[in-house]
Amino acid sequence: MSSITGRIYRISGPLVVAEGLSGVMMYEVVRVGEEELIGEVIAIRGDRAYVQVYEETSGLTVGERVVATGRPLSAELGPGLIGSIYDGLQRPEKEIASRTGSIFIRRGVNVPSLRRDVKWGYERSRDVKPGDKVGPGDVIGFVSETPLVSHKVMVPPEISGYVKWLAEDGEYTIEDPVAVVASGDKEFEVRMYQLWPIRRPRPYAEKLNPVEPLITGIRVIDYVFPIAKGGKAAIPGGFGTGKTVALQEITKWSHADIAVFVGCGERGNEMSDALTSFMKLMDPRRGRPMMERSVFIANTSNMPVAARETSVFLGVTIGEYFRDMGYDVVMVADSTSRWAEAMREISGRMEEMPGEEGFPAYLSSRLAEFYERAGRVRTLGRPERYGSLTIFGAVSPPGGDFSEPVVRSTVRYVQCFYALDYGLATRRHFPAINWLLSYSLYIDFVRGYWDKLTSWSEYRETFLKILQREAELSDIVRLVGPEALPEEDKLTLEIARMIREDFLQQSALNPVDAYSSPEKGVMIAETIMEFYRMARRALAKGISVARVRELKSRSEIAQMKYYTSKQLSEGIFKKVLDDIKSDFRELLGE
Amino acid sequence: MSRERLFVKSTKQIFGVRGSLLFVRAIGGIRYGELVEVSLDGTSILGQVIDVSREAAVVQVFGSTTGVTPGKSIVRFYGETIKIAVSSDMLGRIFDGLARPIDGGPQVIPEEYLDIHGSALNPALRVPPSEPIETGISVIDGLLTLVRGQKLPIFSGSGLPHNRIAMQVVRQASVRGSEEKFVVVFGAVGVTYEEAAYFLRELRSMGALDRTVAFVAPASASTVEKLALPRVALTAAEFLAWNYDMHVLTILTDMTNYAESLREISAAREEVPGRRGYPGYMYTDLATIYERAGRVATRRGSMTIMPILTMPDDDITHPIPDLTGYITEGQIVLSRDMWRKGIYPPVDVFLSLSRLMKEGIGEGKTRGDHRELFAQLISSYAEAQYLRELSAIVGLESLTSRDKKYLEFGDLFERRFINQGERERRTFEQTLDTGWEVLSVLPEEELKQISPQTLKKYHVKYRLEVRTRSG
Repeated sequence: MSSITGRIYRISGPLVVAEGLSGVMMYEVVRVGEEELIGEVIAIRGDRAYVQVYEETSGLTVGERVVATGRPLSAELGPGLIGSIYDGLQRPEKEIASRTGSIFIRRGVNVPSLRRDVKWGYERSRDVKPGDKVGPGDVIGFVSETPLVSHKVMVPPEISGYVKWLAEDGEYTIEDPVAVVASGDKEFEVRMYQLWPIRRPRPYAEKLNPVEPLITGIRVIDYVFPIAKGGKAAIPGGFGTGKTVALQEITKWSHADIAVFVGCGERGNEMSDALTSFMKLMDPRRGRPMMERSVFIANTSNMPVAARETSVFLGVTIGEYFRDMGYDVVMVADSTSRWAEAMREISGRMEEMPGEEGFPAYLSSRLAEFYERAGRVRTLGRPERYGSLTIFGAVSPPGGDFSEPVVRSTVRYVQCFYALDYGLATRRHFPAINWLLSYSLYIDFVRGYWDKLTSWSEYRETFLKILQREAELSDIVRLVGPEALPEEDKLTLEIARMIREDFLQQSALNPVDAYSSPEKGVMIAETIMEFYRMARRALAKGISVARVRELKSRSEIAQMKYYTSKQLSEGIFKKVLDDIKSDFRELLGE
Repeated sequence: MSRERLFVKSTKQIFGVRGSLLFVRAIGGIRYGELVEVSLDGTSILGQVIDVSREAAVVQVFGSTTGVTPGKSIVRFYGETIKIAVSSDMLGRIFDGLARPIDGGPQVIPEEYLDIHGSALNPALRVPPSEPIETGISVIDGLLTLVRGQKLPIFSGSGLPHNRIAMQVVRQASVRGSEEKFVVVFGAVGVTYEEAAYFLRELRSMGALDRTVAFVAPASASTVEKLALPRVALTAAEFLAWNYDMHVLTILTDMTNYAESLREISAAREEVPGRRGYPGYMYTDLATIYERAGRVATRRGSMTIMPILTMPDDDITHPIPDLTGYITEGQIVLSRDMWRKGIYPPVDVFLSLSRLMKEGIGEGKTRGDHRELFAQLISSYAEAQYLRELSAIVGLESLTSRDKKYLEFGDLFERRFINQGERERRTFEQTLDTGWEVLSVLPEEELKQISPQTLKKYHVKYRLEVRTRSG
């Protein structure tokens, strides 16, 4: 470890210029001033290192010391991550509160990310014996971290050799060695935790095509604009469009083993609301509190700006770590715009040439670095396992205008685009995902999954066509009124309304409707399609849309979302279908 | 700001002046962000160190640099950032933007000196806000309920009566439960002489002054005072909330003036401007003000913030309301149309929203029927609004009798429910009962958002029956 010490030459907001740090590397962590504030070297010009300080710098003076730590900004990865609430520098906020006794986060606090005093029940893997050759990613043991998560203790990515010693099953802290790996004359002690630089993607054996959908429990996403495990999505929306609720719902209900929620420069009360509901809410598939599979990173808008960037990369690193255990991980970042704004602020202070709207020219490549860490992989090591990291990034464009630089750069790297619409939100259509602007590029990858359940490809296409036609017709309706339309178009409007209200709209507040299984979506879609087919037949026989509209089964369809998937499949679904048939039979006088 | 100071360092070495920036040859030990005082002939102005290196320090002067003479003017360094003296004796007093008394009373004897910038609340200790505050104004209490720990702004426009609404809230606001201490901290930033005089007159004549702390920085005050005021007011508020377990409602008006001052300083520093010339860090800057609202697990008190801002040109996408909306938990939007119709307070119910309302209403909070009544009023008023537009196109004659009932409801809702006297204070019960009263013009089968049980218990018709029977 080096211990290069320099002196502060200049202070300008979160940017500190230090002299005498020759030999320091880019992105190395340095401790600034007497209070040892955490900073990171972001540029080196001659003898001067430009340090981005992650805490408030007021009160610092020229000449105070700056000490290099010899390592880049790294995350501590090991048992204890689940259920934690971290700030952007992975300082545990609950621990800070109990240690300082203050209700505030003050600067200069130094608390380890993972607790050193907790003893974890460790069970060694029966597949590894002393004398075996092990390499990066090999699982040597397990810790039951929570009832939902079996934490796999892996050989760190850069280590390989022969197993010299293995710890027996027992209770250990994360500092206790659980294995010794020897390579040549060097020995390495494997512990339950490892360090990994947050800006460097964790290695894997092979990146794979995303072929399996990630079910989010939200119909408009799963059915209409599906995302795949390992996919990347952007959710842009102005304020009041329900962005935060949408992201929280995704985090809660996604069919993922692990959820990482990053609140980056957003509201503190919302963060606490999310935390509270994660403690209370049960995972619908496993009946345990959601907190037992979640990690929170809370760097609220009033916390140091520079730590927004680290909070995003910290979240990805934790996500990759669980991916490497062979889990499906979903990571949500709310909001990437706040991170971009932080980049703009720092760049301005570095006197860099600004790009569009003052954002630095490297905005786009930084976003790419982030989103490209998503993916489905075959992991390193034995036993063979597959894991995925799916990323959802919120974007908060000023004035809800999607043509601004952050949205425009983001769309180049994501495969799913969920455009939140202010107009829909004011009409209380939630989730306010605009079906005309949104898209998913995973359609062909997940077709296999869905078409096994239902005639998904056909139905989905029909839905979108009807909605598109509705948008075209709405201009005409505004001019001449709906009654002047031909019957066929009136039916299109009616079915479009059913798709919107009975299928796409989903209430996050209703305990039953909040989570919608794929089967449930399929059943609702099926009844709407059945109604549509029957109505077209009726129309062909001269029945007016006004009469179709009044059928009782129409309101039965509207009620379907308030039943669980089980209730639907155990009778209600069939009853609604039967009622549709008999309603139309009656109408046609058959 | 009233503490006697021992200046640690001073220099005459100014080597450049540009706008409000002074370039000073560095002397040892200058701290980043510390306050400085520049003395001219007889007077002095305040400033702050905004950049310091081994060769030079850049001092931002808060005010005019007229009279600054290199080599002659003395720059003195305070050695610390802006701190104010706080005390529970501040209740009932009126101060300027730097916490100096302007009500003719004595200096406050400090209990503590606090940095006006405060610190971020630990997110892990926050508790989601869930108890209502009664403002006595129906449209707020009924449809946009404010809860303790929330930050809910009023978006207004020039000429709209936001100041009167603010004063009404100061006069009337209270929390349920008599054992709870409720106080109002009022801050006025960059207001005109007339507005300042109005606030001071109202505050003095108000019986509520003993539970109010007021800070006023008129438009003529220095830029530093205007920039400091919101933070000074919130520092006092935090002291009362976290040290004295009080429920504090902080009203800040007009935050547009604050944002203008921020832009002015940013331009003087020659920073890269963001949208419409406002600095790129305006979101963060406003967030450090508004995020001071909240509740925490280990304290009994709460911090609620109601900022008021005037939307330039009534444009809600202007950076000031836009960024504010991204930070706050909803917004109360005032409408010029409603004001022209003579409705006070002229709130646009559709553009307004209280994000935390759902946690703060209902049985045990306000009343059991609140949720359903709220949903029904909004959806009926939306229908009325739609029919108004329709009748403008097709004419009143072609409307059905049901439609006409809705039009009647719409008018009644505006005139009786939203509209209320400036000195009229309605309790939650009165507000909700007024809601039922205006709903009663609609046929019962139109009240689809209300369950039969709730209807039987609260609908005017059934309550009359109960009353007649028992009387």
